Amino acid sequence: MSNRQAGYRALTTHRLFWPVVVLVVLLAANTAYRPSFLSLQLRNGHLYGSLIDILRLSAPLILVALGMTLVIATGGIDLSVGSLCAISGAIACLHISRQPDQNSLGGVLTALGLGLGVALVLGAWNGLLVAVIGIQPIIATLILMVAGRGLAQLITEGQILTINAEPYKAIGVGHLLALPLAIFLALAVAVLIATVTRRTALGLIIESVGGNARASRLAGIRSGRITFLVYVLSAACAAVAGFMMTANVSSADGNAAGLWVELDAILAVVIGGTSLAGGRFHLSGTILGALLIQTLTTTVYAMNITPQTALLFKAVVVIAVCLIQAPGFRARFARRRTPVAASATITEQPKAQVSA
Amino acid sequence: MTTLSLLAARTWSHLPRRHIPVLATLALLLVLYGVGVSQYRAFSNIQVVFNVFIDNGFLLVVAVGMTFVILTGGIDLSVGSVVAMTAMVSAFLLREGLPAALVLLIALLVGPALGFLMGCVIHFFDIQPFIVTLAGMFFARGMCTFISDSSIPITDGFWTRMSQQRIGNPGGNFVSTSVLIAFAVVAVAAYTLAYTRLGRNVYAIGGNPQSARLMGLPVGRTRIAVYTISGLCAAIGGILLSFYTLSGAPLIAVGMELDVIAAVVIGGTVLTGGSGYIFGTVLGVLVLGVIQTLITFDGSLSSWWSKIVIGGLLFAFILLQRLLGIRFK
Amino acid sequence: MTPSQPVLTMTGISKSFPGVRALDNVDFRLFPGEVHALMGENGAGKSTLIKVLTGVYDTDHGTVTLGGEQVSFTGPMQATSAGVSTVYQEVNLCTNLSVAENIFIGREPRRFGAVRWGEMRRRARALLARLDLDLDVNAQLGSYSLAVQQMVAIARAIDIKARVLVLDEPTSSLDAGEVAQLFRVMRHLRDDGIAILFVTHFLDQVYGIADRITVLRNGQLVGEYATSELPQLGLVEKMIGTELRVLERLDEQPRRDLADRAEGPPLLDVRELGRRSAVAPFSLTIREGEVVGLAGLLGSGRTEVARLLFGADRADHGSVRVNGTPTTLRTPVAAVGHGIGFCSENRRAEGIVAELSVRENLILALQAARGWLRPVPRRRQDELVERYVRALRIRPADPDLPVGNLSGGNQQKVLLARWLITEPRLLILDEPTRGIDIGAKTEIQRLVARLSDGGTAVLFVSAELEEVLRLSHKIAVMRDREMVTQLSNDQSLDADRIMQSIAVGAQREGTPS
Repeated sequence: MSNRQAGYRALTTHRLFWPVVVLVVLLAANTAYRPSFLSLQLRNGHLYGSLIDILRLSAPLILVALGMTLVIATGGIDLSVGSLCAISGAIACLHISRQPDQNSLGGVLTALGLGLGVALVLGAWNGLLVAVIGIQPIIATLILMVAGRGLAQLITEGQILTINAEPYKAIGVGHLLALPLAIFLALAVAVLIATVTRRTALGLIIESVGGNARASRLAGIRSGRITFLVYVLSAACAAVAGFMMTANVSSADGNAAGLWVELDAILAVVIGGTSLAGGRFHLSGTILGALLIQTLTTTVYAMNITPQTALLFKAVVVIAVCLIQAPGFRARFARRRTPVAASATITEQPKAQVSA
Repeated sequence: MTTLSLLAARTWSHLPRRHIPVLATLALLLVLYGVGVSQYRAFSNIQVVFNVFIDNGFLLVVAVGMTFVILTGGIDLSVGSVVAMTAMVSAFLLREGLPAALVLLIALLVGPALGFLMGCVIHFFDIQPFIVTLAGMFFARGMCTFISDSSIPITDGFWTRMSQQRIGNPGGNFVSTSVLIAFAVVAVAAYTLAYTRLGRNVYAIGGNPQSARLMGLPVGRTRIAVYTISGLCAAIGGILLSFYTLSGAPLIAVGMELDVIAAVVIGGTVLTGGSGYIFGTVLGVLVLGVIQTLITFDGSLSSWWSKIVIGGLLFAFILLQRLLGIRFK
Repeated sequence: MTPSQPVLTMTGISKSFPGVRALDNVDFRLFPGEVHALMGENGAGKSTLIKVLTGVYDTDHGTVTLGGEQVSFTGPMQATSAGVSTVYQEVNLCTNLSVAENIFIGREPRRFGAVRWGEMRRRARALLARLDLDLDVNAQLGSYSLAVQQMVAIARAIDIKARVLVLDEPTSSLDAGEVAQLFRVMRHLRDDGIAILFVTHFLDQVYGIADRITVLRNGQLVGEYATSELPQLGLVEKMIGTELRVLERLDEQPRRDLADRAEGPPLLDVRELGRRSAVAPFSLTIREGEVVGLAGLLGSGRTEVARLLFGADRADHGSVRVNGTPTTLRTPVAAVGHGIGFCSENRRAEGIVAELSVRENLILALQAARGWLRPVPRRRQDELVERYVRALRIRPADPDLPVGNLSGGNQQKVLLARWLITEPRLLILDEPTRGIDIGAKTEIQRLVARLSDGGTAVLFVSAELEEVLRLSHKIAVMRDREMVTQLSNDQSLDADRIMQSIAVGAQREGTPS
C-alpha cells in the first residue's frame, strides 16, 4: 500500500507529470469532439492527419524553444528570436527571389547559408551585450526584438516577398519517409543539441553557470564564453525556424513571421521544467512543452474558436505552470501541510541567514 | 550621437549623473527638431508639434504608467493588449446601448483590475513580472477577440464629440481633448512621484528593495500599486485611442508595449529601476513622435525605419546607462 | 559612568533551531550612555541575540525588558518604534535617493499628503549637525563613501527617538579614518545618553570605544566585563575558550613532526599583496608540501587573504611569483592555471552547485580546466568519482544524488575532492572544518596531512587554533585586517602564544619570514 503510494507520489511530483496530463486531456477532448482526430491516412505515400499536422506545425516552435532552453539554463532570456526568425527567413527568400532559377538547389543552399550567417552575427551581438558589456539579458535582447522587426521589413521592403522554389518549400511542407520533412529537421536539431550539450561538457557547464554563477567562477569556469555561445546557438535555432516558417507559406513577411514565437518558446521551456532562474535544463521537456502549446492552438482552431482567443487559454496555462513552479506558491502549500519540514529548510543554515 | 556625447562630456563635472540621460534625450529631441526644421519648411509650423501630441497622446499616457513600473525595477508587457481591450470593451458596451458615462466607468475599471491582479501574483507568489504580465498580455488580447473578431465602430455622441473637438487659437492651430487629458495625467503622475509617499516609495524600491523592506516601507503594497497604476494608464490610453480611431479593433496596438518601453528608456528611466522622471518619459515619447513625423515628411523613408532607429536609440541609451552605472561604483 | 538602572535587560534567553541550540540561557544588560561590545566567534550566538532583541526571532525562553517594561517584539518595525534601532553591516539604505530622503523616507514631514521637501531638508540638516556631520542633504547618497552612508543610517536610526542603538559590524569595510569618524559620532550619541550595542571583530576598536564587553561562546554567556579590567589576551581566551582546547587535544592522533620546511623550493611567493579596505599589504611564502596555517579571529582578514591568493578578488597592490616566475592572479582561471585550488568558507553560495549531482560537482573544476570541448570521459569520471567518494568517505555514496541533499560535512568533502581531482600544487582551504560533524572534521584534517606528505602545499584557514597548530608547518597570524606575524611551528609554539599574537599584535612575538 505504502509502496504504491510512494510510486504515485513519485509520479505526480515528476516535473513532466502535469504537462503530460494536460496534453493527454487536450488530445482526449479533441477526440471526443471529433472522433476522426486520431485517425491517420496514407495518401500519395504521405501520412495525413491531425496528429501529423500538430507535429509539423510545432517544428519551428520546437527549434526556437530548444535554443531558448540553453539561454534560460544560463539564467538569461532571449527576446529577439522572433525577429531573428523574420530576418533569416527574409534574407533567404530575398536571395532566392533574385535567382534566375529559383528551383536551383545551389541558390537555395546559398540563401540558407546567408540567412544563417546573418542570424549568427546577430546572435553574437546579443552575446556581446550580455556576456561582455554585462547588460541584463532581457534588456539586451529587447533591442534586437524591436530593431529586428524593422530590419526584416527593410529586407523585404515592407512587402510580402513571395517565392517559388521547390527545394526551399520542402523545408516547410516536404515529406520524407511518409512524414513531413519539418519533423525530421526539428528532430535532427534536437538530437544535435542534445549531442553537443551532453556528449561534450557544454551542458554541464551551462547548468553550472546557471545554477550558481559565483561557485562556477571560483571553480575556474570562464562563464563569459559560455554565455556568449548560447546566444549564438539560440540565434542559429531561430534562423532554421525562420526558414521553416517562410517555407511553409513560400513567402517572407517581415511583420508577421515569427511574431510571438519568443513568448511561446519561453512558455514551452518553462512548461518543460526548466526554471527561469537557470540551472538544470530539460530538452525533452521543452519539446513536450512546444507540442503542448501547438496542440492547444490546434484544438482551439478545431473547435472553431478564433486563434486570438487561444491566447486566453495560453494565459491560463502560463499562470498555472508558473504558480506550480514558483517557490513562493509551493512554500505556502508546504507550510500549510508540513510546518516542520518547511521551518527546517529555512533554518538549516542559520549562519547563511544571518549574513544575508 | 557625437553631439550627444559631447554634451555629456562637457556637463559631466557640473551635473548630477542621474540627470545626464534626461539631458541627452532633450538634446536629441532638439537636434531631431532642428533637422526637421532645416530640411522641411512646413516643419516649423507649430501645428506639427501639436500633431505629434495629438498622434501620441495615448502613447504618452501609457508610457507614464510604464514609468511607474520600470522605476520599481519591474516591467509590464500587458499594456498594449490592455489598451486594445479597453477600446474593445468601450466599443462593445456602446454598441449594446449602455450610456457613455457608465461605459467610461467600466472601461476604466477593467485595466486597473487586471493590473491589480498581476501585481498581487508578482508580489505574493514571487513570480517574475515579465512572465506574469506576459500572461496578462495574452489574457487581454484573448479577451479582445473573445468580445469580437472584427472591429466595432463607435457612433456614440460623446465619443464623436471628443474625437472631433478642437481646442485651439484663432491662428488655426489646435490640439484635441485627448492631449489635454494626457497632460493632466502627466501632471498628476509627476506630482505623485515627487510629492507623495507612494511616489517616493516607488523610487526606494527601485533603488534597493531589500533596504526598502528593512526601512519599513510597504514594498508589497507599492508593487501592487504600480501595476494597478500602469493598468489604469493603459485603460485611459485605450479610451484616448478609441476617441482617436472611433472604433475598437481586436488587433490594434499590437507590439505597442515595445514602443512604450522604448520611450521610457529613451526618456532616461533606468530599466533596473530607481532613477528616472516623468518629464523624461514625455521627452522620450516626443522623440518617438518626431522621428515618425520626420519619416512621414521625408516620404521616401519607409515606416520600418522608425523601428530600426528606435532599436538603435534603445541601444545607445542602455549603453549610456550602463556606462553611468559603472562610474557609479 | 553607568547609572544604576539598565535601559535594556535580557534574562535567560534561549533559542533553538532544529539541531542547533543557538542561545542557551543568556543574560545581557545595556545601560544608558554606554558603548557595550558584544563579542564572540562564529556560532557564538551574537547574531541570534541581536535578532531576538530586534524582534526578528522570538525566543523559546527568557524575557526582554526595555525601560522597565517587559517587551516582546514581533518584528524590526515594532522594535524600532519602541526605541531599539539597528544599523547593519551592509548599509540598508537606497543609494539612489538623497541623503535627506534616506533619513526620513517612510515618515516624511507632510502637509495634506504632500511631502514637504524644504522641511525635510531642514530637519535632516539639524539632525546631521547633531552628529557633527557636514553633508549636502540634497546629494544622492551613492555619491558619498560607505562610511558616510553608514552614518546616515545611524542618523536615520536615532531620529526615531532611539534609546538603544544596535550597530551590527558597522566597521567591517571602513578604513581607519572612516572608523575614527564613526567613533566620533558614537561618542556623541553615548554622551546624549543613548545605549549602544556594538558588534565588531576588531579588537583595537573594542578597546578604543567600548565601556563594557559581553562575551558569548557556543550560545552561552561567558561573562560581562568592564573593558578596563579585561586585558586583550584574556578577551581572546574567553572568545576562543581554553577548556575546549584541552578536550579536543585528548582525542586526536599525536601531533605530527612539523619541522619547518624552510629548505623546500618556494611555490608561491607574494610580496606586499593587498587590497584597499579588505586587507593590508602582506608578504607570504608557501613552499612545496608546506601547510601554512592562517590564524586569527573572525573578520580579521583571513578570508580576504585566501581570496586574494586565488584571484577571487583582485589585488590592487603587490607582486606575485609562482615557482619563481613573476605573474598575476587576477582571476580564478589564472590561479587554477598555476595549479591553485580554493574552497570557499561559504559552501552554499560559493562552493557547491546545489542542484547538480555529486558526480558533476566533483568533476567541475577538472572540466573547467579542460574546457567544454574536451569532456572528461565517462569511464574516467566513474573512476575518479568512485576513488574520491571512497577515499573521502562521502555519504551517501550515490554519485547521482543532487549535492544539495548532502550534509554540510559531505558537501565540504565533495568540494575538497573537486580540487583534489585537479591535482593542485597549492590548495587554499577557507574554514574547511566549520559547521561539520567531528568525524568529517578529523577526516579532513588527516587528508590535509596526507596531501602535505605527498608534496601538495596547503593554506589552511581556521578559527580553531588547535587544528591549525596540529597541521601547520608555519602559522601566519591575522589581526584587524593585517598579517601581524608568521610563526614557525616548532615544539615551543602553543595556542597561548598564538593568542598573544592575536591579542597584542606583532610587538611581542616576531619571527618574520
